[in-house]
Amino acid sequence: MPIEVIYGDRPSEAVTAKAERDNLWLSAAELAKISGWELKPEGVCKGDVCVPIPVGREADFVRDNRQSFNLASFARLLGQPMLHDDKNGVWYFGENAGTRRSALKSLEAPDFELPDLDGKMHRLSDYRGKKVLIAAWASW
Amino acid sequence: MPALLKDIMGWDDRLLARAGVPQYPCLIDQKHIVGELYDIINVPMTVWIDEQGRIVRPAESAGVNDGVRSLDPQTFTMPAEVVAEGKRLRTSYVDAIRDWVVKGDRSEFVLSPEEARRRTEGPDDTDALAMANFRLGEHLFERGHRDEALKYFAEARRLRPDSWCFIRQTWELEQPGKASGPEFFAAVQALGDRHYYTPLELKPSAK
Repeated sequence: MPIEVIYGDRPSEAVTAKAERDNLWLSAAELAKISGWELKPEGVCKGDVCVPIPVGREADFVRDNRQSFNLASFARLLGQPMLHDDKNGVWYFGENAGTRRSALKSLEAPDFELPDLDGKMHRLSDYRGKKVLIAAWASW
Repeated sequence: MPALLKDIMGWDDRLLARAGVPQYPCLIDQKHIVGELYDIINVPMTVWIDEQGRIVRPAESAGVNDGVRSLDPQTFTMPAEVVAEGKRLRTSYVDAIRDWVVKGDRSEFVLSPEEARRRTEGPDDTDALAMANFRLGEHLFERGHRDEALKYFAEARRLRPDSWCFIRQTWELEQPGKASGPEFFAAVQALGDRHYYTPLELKPSAK
C-alpha cells in the first residue's frame, strides 16, 4: 500500500516507503522531499543543522548501504511526536514540544503562511515593519 | 444580531453602521497552524506583535471573561451585571490595543520581555502529542475516513482537555452544531472552579 506522510506543516506526500511496526524506511531522496532533511556523511542535515547518527545505533537509522533511512527512528531521536494510522497508511510527524516552547519564549513571532478568503496567501513576516494583532476566532 | 452580543461587545448602532469589508487580512487556518505555533487553546484569543516581529503580548483571552457560564442557552440572556462586566472588560481591552497602536513600546500595555516570557508557557510533550492526534484526525476526516478520524480526535481531547479549540472543532466535525450545542454548555458548566477563559492580566505586573 502506498504510504502518505505528513511532516509538520508541510503538505502530505505519497511516498514509496516500507512501514515495519513503528519504523518507516524510505530512500534518501524521499526523505529530502517530504521533510527537507538530507542524509550526508556527517549526519542528517537541514540548512546549518546536522544531527549525527548515534554511534553504535547506525542500524536503527540506515540500511541497504545507506540507501534506506528510518524516519521514525530519527523522529524518536529528535523527540518529535509521531503517529501512524496503519489502516489508511498515513504517518504524521510533528514538531518537538521543546522546540515550540523555545521558539515562543524567544519572543520572536513564529512565521506562518495562510490563505485569505479569496485564496491569496499571506505570510506573517511580510508584515514586518507594521504592528500585527493576531485575533483568533472560529465559526467551527 | 442578538442584543446580548451587541451589549457585551460594546457595539452600539453607530459602530454597527460603520461595519464594512475588513481592511485587514482574514485568514483561514483549517489545520490550526497558528494555534500550534502560538499555543492558542480557545477563541477569541489574541497575540500582539510589534514592528520588529517581537511578541509583546503572548496569546491571551481577547477581552473576554467567564460570563459565558452565566448564559442561558434557551433564552440567550445573561444577568445584567455579567453583561456590564463583559462590556467593561471588552472595552478596556480594545482601548489597550488602541493605546499600543498610538504609543508603540511606550504603551503601558506592552509587556517587558521578562513578563512576556513569564506568561508564555508553551506546549509540553503531551500537548504536542495531542496536536499530532488532532492533525492526523483532521487529515483522515478530510479524506473521508470518519471513523478513524473520530478516534484520533477523542485522543486529542483526552490528552489536552484544556484546549477548547480541540474540543469544539472536533465536536463540530463529528456533528454540525455540537460545538455550540447542549454538550458545549454542559462541558463549560462541568468546569467547576476552573476557568473557561484564563483571566486577563491587562497591565503588566512588572516592566
